[in-house]
Amino acid sequence: MELPRFHRLRGTLYRLEGSRCEDCGALSFPARQVCPSCSSRKSLLHRFKGAGTLWSFSELYQLQRGYPKDVPNVIGLVKLDEGPMLLTQITDAEPEDLSIGMRVQMVTRLIRSTGEAGPRVYGYKFRPVVGG
Amino acid sequence: MRDVYIAGMGQTRIGELWDRSLKDLAVEAALKALAEAQATTADCLIVGNMLSGELASQENLGVFVADSAGLTPVEAVKVESACSSGGAAFREGYLRVASGAAESALVVGVEKMSDLLPDAVSSGLALAADGDSENLHGATFVALNALIMRRYMHENGYKHEDFSGFAINAHRNAASNEDAMFPRAVTAKDYAKSCMVASPINLLDSSAISDGAAAVLLSARPKPGVRPIRVTGSGAATDTIAVAARKDPLWLSAAEASARRAFAQAGLKPEDVDLFELHDAFCIMAALSLEAGGFAPRGKGVRLAMEGEIGPTGKVPIATRGGLKARGHPVGATGVLQIVDAAVQLRGGAGASQVPGARVAMTQNIGGSGSSVYTHILAAGD
Repeated sequence: MELPRFHRLRGTLYRLEGSRCEDCGALSFPARQVCPSCSSRKSLLHRFKGAGTLWSFSELYQLQRGYPKDVPNVIGLVKLDEGPMLLTQITDAEPEDLSIGMRVQMVTRLIRSTGEAGPRVYGYKFRPVVGG
Repeated sequence: MRDVYIAGMGQTRIGELWDRSLKDLAVEAALKALAEAQATTADCLIVGNMLSGELASQENLGVFVADSAGLTPVEAVKVESACSSGGAAFREGYLRVASGAAESALVVGVEKMSDLLPDAVSSGLALAADGDSENLHGATFVALNALIMRRYMHENGYKHEDFSGFAINAHRNAASNEDAMFPRAVTAKDYAKSCMVASPINLLDSSAISDGAAAVLLSARPKPGVRPIRVTGSGAATDTIAVAARKDPLWLSAAEASARRAFAQAGLKPEDVDLFELHDAFCIMAALSLEAGGFAPRGKGVRLAMEGEIGPTGKVPIATRGGLKARGHPVGATGVLQIVDAAVQLRGGAGASQVPGARVAMTQNIGGSGSSVYTHILAAGD
């Protein structure tokens, strides 16, 4: 079930909350306790805007348990405008419409369902910016 | 640190072995290695394994293998480092003998994967990725490699067919390995027609779900009467667990660091290596390992395959017994299988895929998407 786990992740999954180093200002997503740039242990919550560019993508024809059965399911690496990169499912687009470098934006969708007994996990996905 | 020798080794056949259990595989490899060294036990037993709990309903694997192989009360422990569990176990055994803490160490790598359906195996393997930022979003291991491969092709201007040489070489070399999972040749046409798994990675870019085990007995004394094989370098390093967190996702910095450490210990350079058993779980990983190990400049690893330099008589022979791609990739066993393959070459026993005059072999076992890497260098003779 892992319910407490998904409760802990609500800021990350719903609001794209990461961290900003209090000493050097480096941004991280997801949040980090130790700054990857200066090793400082002081960090503040930082909310990302949810806009970025598609760095790479893949159409998956074999999925893990708990994910929608319709394939291909598209996954991507998105470089956020603020700098950090994140891995995400890509939605609202046909694979042939995707290209490296295109503008994408965050939306909130169903990420995973662990079956009738398990929770439906919602969180960020990214889609091409309309007219972008 | 004192010299450490491979005194004995053994392996099972690799494949989807439905009539064989985790126990059968581990015991067969362990007893073969002991028998070859004419030993009955060792000072310690190190078991390399990634997913016995998830895929074979068994943990406490150190004891399980010790008991099953009749080796109790030997000290025994399982070492886990994702797909580099075998390499991690080998290094653990090596360090114990090199430091003088043990006179001998039996290292067994084993994985039983085919009891479950592929989606369950895929979910198990994905546990090696970052749980919250990768796995939760449905990233399989193929997917992570596919994201890297597409970007690599984009930045360096390669077409998918440019990678075919890796699969062709691995399968050709596996044809003379009687324990290999896929001992048959494939052609560039087969590669082009192969079905998509996670674009741009297709089936012939990928290693398969496999069962198998391998074992080596490490000893402070060489095996009498045969050409000794010595471990001359051992290096390990880590990188961020998530691909997205890397400054440069197209560079395997942990592979570079672990190779640098192994080379420094051995006092060797890439050009001194006669063969390189690298971690070709996917063709893109083979290319990136060649670059990180110093065998090709950045973005040029694929060129070695395109120019035919990765075969047994090429500049950098790789996957000489089939590699992960065609010999098979029972994940926890792979790092030990690489050692066995390298040792077979150094003994001159690789048949049609023998690297002529091989004296120095390097192995590199990668866990996660390049996040945990173990590099070893073996040398024939004293």
